[in-house]
Amino acid sequence: MGLIQYIAARVGVYLFVLFIGITVTFFLPRLMPSDPIENYIAQLQNQAGQSMDPEDVAELRASLSELYGLEGSLFSQYVGFLKRVFLTFDFGPSFSSFPRPVTEFILVALPWTLGLLIMTTLIAWTLGNSIGLLAGFFHNKRTATMLEVVGVVLYPIPYYILALVFILVLAYVFPIFPISTTIRPGPLNFEKVKMILYNSALPALTLVTAGFGWNILSMKSLSFSTKQEAFVNFARLKGVPPRTIMTSYVFRNALLPQVTALALSMGTIFNGALLTEILFSYPGLGLLMRSAVGSGDYNMLYGTITMTIIAVATATLIIDLIYPFLDPRIRYR
Amino acid sequence: MNTNVRLESAPSVAVVPANPSYRSRLRLNLRLRMGLTILAIFAIGSFTLPFFTDVNPSEQGAYMKNLPISIKHLLGTNSQGQDIFWFLVFAIRNSLILGVAVSLCVTTIATLVGLSAGYIGGWFERVVMLITDSFITIPVFPILIVLGALVRGRTSFWVVGLLLVIFGWAWGARTIRSMALSIREREFINMARFSGASTFDIILKEIFPYVYAYIVVGFINTILFAINTEAALAVIGLSKVETPTLGSIIFWALNYNAMFIGQYTWIVAPVVATVLLFLGLFLTSTGYNELYAARRGHS
Amino acid sequence: MIKLNNIIATYTTVRGQVNAVDGVDLEVPTGTILGIAGESGCGKSTLLKVIYGDLTYPLSMTTGNVEYGIQDDLGKEITSESIRSYWFKRISYIPQSSMSSLNPVIRIRKQFLDFLDPSLDKRQVLEEVRTYVQQLDLPSEALDAFPHQLSGGMRQRIMVAMATFFQPAIILADEPTTALDVVVQKGILLLLMDLQEKMQNTIFFVSHDMGVHYQISHSMLIMYAAKAVEYGDSSDVFERPLHPYTKLLTESLPTIGDEHVRQGVAGRPPSLWEDLRGCRFAARCPLATDFCRSNEPEMVEYRPRHFAACHYAETNL
Repeated sequence: MGLIQYIAARVGVYLFVLFIGITVTFFLPRLMPSDPIENYIAQLQNQAGQSMDPEDVAELRASLSELYGLEGSLFSQYVGFLKRVFLTFDFGPSFSSFPRPVTEFILVALPWTLGLLIMTTLIAWTLGNSIGLLAGFFHNKRTATMLEVVGVVLYPIPYYILALVFILVLAYVFPIFPISTTIRPGPLNFEKVKMILYNSALPALTLVTAGFGWNILSMKSLSFSTKQEAFVNFARLKGVPPRTIMTSYVFRNALLPQVTALALSMGTIFNGALLTEILFSYPGLGLLMRSAVGSGDYNMLYGTITMTIIAVATATLIIDLIYPFLDPRIRYR
Repeated sequence: MNTNVRLESAPSVAVVPANPSYRSRLRLNLRLRMGLTILAIFAIGSFTLPFFTDVNPSEQGAYMKNLPISIKHLLGTNSQGQDIFWFLVFAIRNSLILGVAVSLCVTTIATLVGLSAGYIGGWFERVVMLITDSFITIPVFPILIVLGALVRGRTSFWVVGLLLVIFGWAWGARTIRSMALSIREREFINMARFSGASTFDIILKEIFPYVYAYIVVGFINTILFAINTEAALAVIGLSKVETPTLGSIIFWALNYNAMFIGQYTWIVAPVVATVLLFLGLFLTSTGYNELYAARRGHS
Repeated sequence: MIKLNNIIATYTTVRGQVNAVDGVDLEVPTGTILGIAGESGCGKSTLLKVIYGDLTYPLSMTTGNVEYGIQDDLGKEITSESIRSYWFKRISYIPQSSMSSLNPVIRIRKQFLDFLDPSLDKRQVLEEVRTYVQQLDLPSEALDAFPHQLSGGMRQRIMVAMATFFQPAIILADEPTTALDVVVQKGILLLLMDLQEKMQNTIFFVSHDMGVHYQISHSMLIMYAAKAVEYGDSSDVFERPLHPYTKLLTESLPTIGDEHVRQGVAGRPPSLWEDLRGCRFAARCPLATDFCRSNEPEMVEYRPRHFAACHYAETNL
């Protein structure tokens, strides 16, 4: 299919995914056997240490219902929800920091998450693919096998284990880095930047280590199999210098399935990032989500989840749109 | 799909020995042997050892707190008065049960969806792949967090398992469908089709033997995914943390600041166990993949 | 004159070693097209690799050497060891699968330039290439395209263009027309013959299709089970074949007007892994005797410049 059709198809899938994701986010909690408003009221009552006047409770419940759009039939709630999210990007007010809107918190946390993610994904991608390319291209050398072993060992280790190991070794045994992130508010100056880097080091290290193992292994495998292709052999027979073969022939072609795989693994990468943020108390979406769980702030929860789904779908779309620039077979008929 | 493991696009692509020689054939099996050995130790250990004790590992205060390693308590006890060793054994067992159960369901669904989509094609395939891709893109972790929040404490082990199945089948379906696609056009399939075999027959007898290696690999990877995700959930305290699982040990250890009070065994033991278990699963998976690829001649 | 001196080429595999070319010894006059024919697995592709100097593991030339009859800039004879630095300059190779021999993600013009000597000016070379491809019936715009945008025939012409641009003295073509339909095939054959006449180079043309050889080859080498069994001018080999195998091959060709039933060649060549004694064709040969089965025939010049390896070749004289 031509380029236009390709783009249209990807955008179509994007919208569909958003739709499904947000619908799931909407319906799933409502199918659960717990009522957020009841929970909240119960919490309030706990905190107050006494039971409230039944009339006040009823009034509170009514106003909360209206506030959270829990009035009316399920369908009208759904439509209302969709309208709010897509048109005004409004997730309602936060329960625990009433009446500040959830969107405000999200906009503060989002850059942190994105910053961490983009940086670490780029590093893991570049590092992993370069190593994988070399390992696959020079597969007969000992170093290649050793690098593969590195990938094999790192790859199955889950994010939280890596995080713990790093905390143990680099924050506890050798207290180089902080165990959890504390970034004091203030203007963006050199000091601030240093503080940010210092605090982000361990989460970043965790994400990079978790990610680049996979890149090494898959790139090595792809690079090796691409090397067997007829056109690579022909290039060799033409007398093309090995370095050019490695870059223009093997890498350029092995890159294509790698990019596709990256697009598909966005969800996984986000999962890992959220988990890491929580473990390190990094001020991103993950932490926001976790604290929302702790304080029963359901609006915040739905807001952050929806935001995550939008972020993942958008990231996937962006990568999908980059693909034609790498593969001329899609770009030109 | 996985919190951390995305194997389908990695070593299941043409895996070839580093050097075409006799030695490497043995080396292929080395991975498989290592992986299976580790898994066997874990599985047999965690399933048979409990018969030798009547300890209830979840019972708090059963022993004195924070005892060091001794003959009676092979890994000491923790701040809740539980024997760490037995907690670990039960944890491994529970994690394995969950992993295998989830994986069986996921693999069945993924195989059915993937094979039928890949073979039948057309409208059916497009719709199915659209749904599959959506499920792949949606990050499962946040959804699990929401649900963990909503049914906190009341989440049974199996609800988590169910959710893992709902969100876990997509990756496998996609892989199997691409396999089915590439098989579909091969000669022998056309022959079977023209000789009047039913769709179901073709899928079962002609296509299945080719994809079954990928199914096995997917099965093992899903076990990894399931155990991993459940543990991740537990580590941040959103699963039923009273049940011993690999994640819940870590959760309690963190909760009680095991590192700071010098209770290293409590935190290190599950970490080592998890890494070994995952390594075992991974080695088995890639080892098997290499073996099968070699037999087929890297097709 | 290009000389192939008693070449034995060996593949080293897990199962052991096998000689894919087992003692080929002949002289090829320069400026001709030598057709190499035989069934799959007879060693013709391996022979090309040996001549080209593409001897990477697991292939090696156990004995023998190739005398190319070309000198380098300093006047020294080029040998099998040094031929590698002259790839696509003094000797070139047209591979079997033109469909997949071009890098799909890079424009054609770049693929003309990426094997150049760094001392050459790329822009100038590209200009010359543009002019050159038009002589081969290709539009200059083809160079700016990606491989998938061209038809199979056009791609094969590109391959021929690449192989002939620097006017090499020797061209090795490994089944260049096999994957093409007959009309396109004809075009490529005519092109090759035309270029050969103009540049007076030597072409080694491998094909299992005797019909193609009939059209293009000046002389023929017939191979069977890693051995050379017949060698001579095309007219001799086709009209008065000496070896029974050649006879069977040529008789399988259809001729307009001749309606008699064609014979295929029954059976298969022996496995090179077996212990081979005597004439390797004996199992399928209508003239075979016990003498054949125990004594290997040598290549003998039964007629001027017409060789065959058969004990009973005289019966065909």
